[in-house]
Amino acid sequence: MAERWGAAALTMALGVAATALAYFGARWLQRRSGWLLLNPTLVAIVVLIALLRAGGVEYERYHAGGRLISFWLAPAVVALGVPLYLQRAEIARRGRALLASILAGSVVGIGSGTLVAAALGASGEVVRSLAPRAVTTPIALGIAARVGGLPSLAAALVIATGILGAVLGPAVLRRLRVRSRTAVGLALGAAAHGMGTARAAELGEVEAAASGLAIGLMGVATAVLAPLLLALLTWLGWI
Amino acid sequence: MVVRFAGWSRFTLGLGVLLLFLALGEAVVRLLRLPVPGSVLGMVLLAEALRRGWVPLALVRPAAELLIRQMGFLFVPPGVALILYLDLLRAQWAVIVTASVVSTFAVLLAVGALQQRLEDRG
Repeated sequence: MAERWGAAALTMALGVAATALAYFGARWLQRRSGWLLLNPTLVAIVVLIALLRAGGVEYERYHAGGRLISFWLAPAVVALGVPLYLQRAEIARRGRALLASILAGSVVGIGSGTLVAAALGASGEVVRSLAPRAVTTPIALGIAARVGGLPSLAAALVIATGILGAVLGPAVLRRLRVRSRTAVGLALGAAAHGMGTARAAELGEVEAAASGLAIGLMGVATAVLAPLLLALLTWLGWI
Repeated sequence: MVVRFAGWSRFTLGLGVLLLFLALGEAVVRLLRLPVPGSVLGMVLLAEALRRGWVPLALVRPAAELLIRQMGFLFVPPGVALILYLDLLRAQWAVIVTASVVSTFAVLLAVGALQQRLEDRG
């Protein structure tokens, strides 16, 4: 019994230590080089996947330690209540605009991914798994199951989208001349959920608050709109 | 209420408060079958509790700031889960990548540019 617990603790400790080393090593590299594409989250994910594959380690073994880290994502989302409270005046003042932008973002998010995939000849399941791509994982899983997608693929796409939006988002927004701090935070949260929010938090408190709010609003809007919009697109014969 | 906890005690207590609001959010979501994760409801409830002065800001701020600042680290394990879908992603990767990239840019454009436009107008 004691020995088994020891082995389990070793597996967990190794998973946590490897993740911390990969992430903080990558962050040191990014600061050292000043190269933004060396996003620590992205680099750590690539390094760990390569290591697991090279060493023939099953994902489940890594996950024993990994889930000790990812558990803290949920309290981290709760923690966004602090910037939300501190920036409440700023957000309340832009309430109507915020809702309009998120509604537009939700429709664009559902429509663009599914239409492009359908046009390129993706299978129906893949098309439908793309619908909830922009929303936070727990909501996306529910939506994918409801509209006839594959929840596991949807989860993978949500993560890939989060990385993409977090790494490229700020540069794209600058190129688009989006300067308002609420607009930047909102767009990052809407396009890349929690990963976008993690990036937004690096930019400032207003960005973090707007981004946290966007995760919630985008999730609810997409949960309501995805089944309706997919039914419409199917009826039109576009997907 | 005067907060007499300082330093690490306050930090640990603040972490406990965040977990309490997470539990509260999860419980309400399950009870009312709301279409949002418990953590998102917990975020809204925490902001409201801070506004009403039920929770002092100084108590939760240090713990909240640490978690928010290190969110990128917390996302590494879910990202590594992509390893489970490598075969699926490889089979239709061109379509999946194109659709994801186009759609991510489209959402950034729609939300960012529209919000900027609306704020510029008034």
